[in-house]
Amino acid sequence: MDGYETILAELHFLKGMEKEHLEAIADCAAYVRFQKGQFLFREGEFAHRFYMISSGKVALEIFTPGRGPVTVETIEDGEVLGWSWLFEPYRWHFDALALTDITAVGFDGLCLRGKCDANHDLGYDMVTRFSQVITARLQATRLALLDVYSSQPDMPIVSKG
Amino acid sequence: MSVLETTMTKPANRKPSSATRTTNSVIQAADLQHLFDALKKRGFQILGPHRRDGAIMYDEIHSVSDLPVGWTDEQEAGTYRLKRRDDMALFGYNVGPDSWKKHLHPPVVRLWHATKGEDGVQLIDDTPQPTKRAFIGVRACELNAIAIQDRVFLGDKFVDSQYATRREGVFIVAVNCGQAGATCFCASMGTGPRADKGFDLNLTEVLDTGRHYFLVEAGSPEGIAVLAEVPHITASPEQAETANRVVTETTLQMGRKLDTLGLKELLYANVDSPQWEQIAQRCLTCGNCTMVCPTCFCTTVEDVTDLSGQTAERVRKWDSCFTLGFSYIHGGSVRVSPRSRYRQWMTHKLASWQDQFDTSGCVGCGRCITWCPVGIDITEEASKMRQETSSEA
Amino acid sequence: MTATITAPHTHTVAHPSPMLPKLYTVDGVRQETADTFTLEIKPPTGELCPRFLPGQFNMLYIFGVGEMAISISGDPWWRSSCVHTVRAVGTATKAICNLQPGDTIGVRGPFGTSWPGPELLGKDVVLAAGGIGLAPLRPTIYTILADRNRYGRVNLLYGARTPNDLLYTDELSRWRDRPDFNLAVTVDTADRGWFGNVGVVTTLIPKIQFDPANTVAVICGPEIMMRFTIMELQKRGITSDNIYISMERNMKCAVGLCGHCQLGPEFICKDGPVFRFDHLDGLFGKREL
Repeated sequence: MDGYETILAELHFLKGMEKEHLEAIADCAAYVRFQKGQFLFREGEFAHRFYMISSGKVALEIFTPGRGPVTVETIEDGEVLGWSWLFEPYRWHFDALALTDITAVGFDGLCLRGKCDANHDLGYDMVTRFSQVITARLQATRLALLDVYSSQPDMPIVSKG
Repeated sequence: MSVLETTMTKPANRKPSSATRTTNSVIQAADLQHLFDALKKRGFQILGPHRRDGAIMYDEIHSVSDLPVGWTDEQEAGTYRLKRRDDMALFGYNVGPDSWKKHLHPPVVRLWHATKGEDGVQLIDDTPQPTKRAFIGVRACELNAIAIQDRVFLGDKFVDSQYATRREGVFIVAVNCGQAGATCFCASMGTGPRADKGFDLNLTEVLDTGRHYFLVEAGSPEGIAVLAEVPHITASPEQAETANRVVTETTLQMGRKLDTLGLKELLYANVDSPQWEQIAQRCLTCGNCTMVCPTCFCTTVEDVTDLSGQTAERVRKWDSCFTLGFSYIHGGSVRVSPRSRYRQWMTHKLASWQDQFDTSGCVGCGRCITWCPVGIDITEEASKMRQETSSEA
Repeated sequence: MTATITAPHTHTVAHPSPMLPKLYTVDGVRQETADTFTLEIKPPTGELCPRFLPGQFNMLYIFGVGEMAISISGDPWWRSSCVHTVRAVGTATKAICNLQPGDTIGVRGPFGTSWPGPELLGKDVVLAAGGIGLAPLRPTIYTILADRNRYGRVNLLYGARTPNDLLYTDELSRWRDRPDFNLAVTVDTADRGWFGNVGVVTTLIPKIQFDPANTVAVICGPEIMMRFTIMELQKRGITSDNIYISMERNMKCAVGLCGHCQLGPEFICKDGPVFRFDHLDGLFGKREL
């Protein structure tokens, strides 16, 4: 991807990345588009990519027996989608459905892992950035786990107190 | 600071006591029945102390002989016993499990009832008419407790009509304590043992060799008027001095002490103290303390209907912050652990009350110490907390 | 249906009981979600509803069942009827949700403190609602929209459990269409067919525009939701004296006499339910207080 360094530098996820590192990962990047209704990836598929969404909204779904596909999170402009390319077994854990037309910058995971192995400073930078995203998502997921809007009481009702 | 030194809300038809202080009088013990008669003649129902169920309780009485003449109480943490005295003192004891809140803020009250019929729903306010009642034997700590409840029920944003109607026109015959109990600490709280305001008549019993009399102070025009119908003489300086000494000696006998300096800040700062868990190891959350405490005022409301669904009532009952359901909101109770519930009670009583109502909530009567089945002592816990905090500093 | 209130001995009661409800009539019931209903109730003939401020609540009484504290969710300017949105979670609230037009309902109130009013003028406003928390905020939203140009940027963040749990869907559409109002809605989970955001309401905060030095935030929802929302807003630079929340505790009398609703020295019924966040320093988030 030539001349992409400038474009990449503007992506929120890569804010403040060194020029040298941007040049390295530009090799692994490509513009991508998806149409509304298309799947960016499916659960179980080989996770060889991650995306930085430029415009549009993606739904992360899990298929549950009985209820069908349940959306657990939506990702939109400026956000990063996918980190299963970082670690074995390199498989997607969710479905990602385009809720709108999507434009994004896609990164080849194999290429990027190679660059990180060759340049550990770049590797450290990438992992740090991903950790921040994962932490924020984990925090939000834990909050969702509390199911605060549920109508079920957490403990037996003691009436007439 | 005594709560009576701050604003004490009194029902509208009472004049301030300071304008009507008179010189002291003396009533012979043998003539005290005339006080009862004078009150009855004026249509007062008399409520006062008498022995019932092994304790001294406040119920309707009719004559001096109904009083616990010649009896005393022995109190300690978790202990209350009545014992015979070796004299015939009329007020030779301190306070029992009852307090005057039983009569001003009763345990069960029907607030209103409603009927559903062809004309629709009718609501009937069950606030009773005021009646004439006289309280005999009100101790200084209890006068302060009444003043505290006056502030809660009459002196805040909304007036409690049930309290207002029962408080109206109550004739108070106070008694300065002639002895202090082992759990008493009114002196620490500035609430006694001498009653100085808020009564119509105040008696100090003097009983020694060859004499038995009451020094009487009138505290209101009504008090003066009733006193006029009881045989009395102007007190001699010696009689007044003797009575005064009785009270002074009582002050020195207090069984407990509570250091109130910075007490509010101390408790607020100790929200997370491990001491609460230590107390919780013993506390049964039985709520005895809240029932016997003369200032505890929490209530719950029950809406009930009969089987036909045609009549409904709203009933108010005493409640206690020690119950699990007290703080229940959807999802569960806020205060689940006994630790949190004891903390709530003690912090409210000694600290938050000050921010809410401008005085302490405690009058040092010691009932909570006496009636706690495991003998938890609020003065001891406060003292421990103070030591822990200063040793950390 | 008329209500007669009489005293037992036909004497003038010196102090009317603050526990006596006034009898209103149910005018309309609208189902918002599976368990949430909006009730419109009318005062006795010839009377208007008492004035209320956004954030205040009434005690609603169902004959023979019980009384519940319910926030007023209607327009403060409208006094011919009084609007409440109720979620059926217990005996009394279920009974309220089963009422039909023409039924009698007892009302005491309005009680409590209110959302900031004048404090919002000239400011950017962030309203964050969680679940049924949107209902007590709605009167403030109406107030803002009635005089829109007196406020800066206005953001409403609304989180619910699922798309089926969203309240006031017609109004949400109208608000969304307004160019001068930023509505961001999210749900915790959704089935396919929902094209909006999925994620907890705090995830919306990094995406909205406001000037932290000139913003007032108003938050209403479960305590945990409020806690995390406050943290995110503070991360964006809003100070505690510009954050308002609504607290909830067990309520029996609503008039400061029963003692149930205390949080430290504060009575939620008269010192709250709305509090400026810095005034709850040392109380909010303290376990089991």
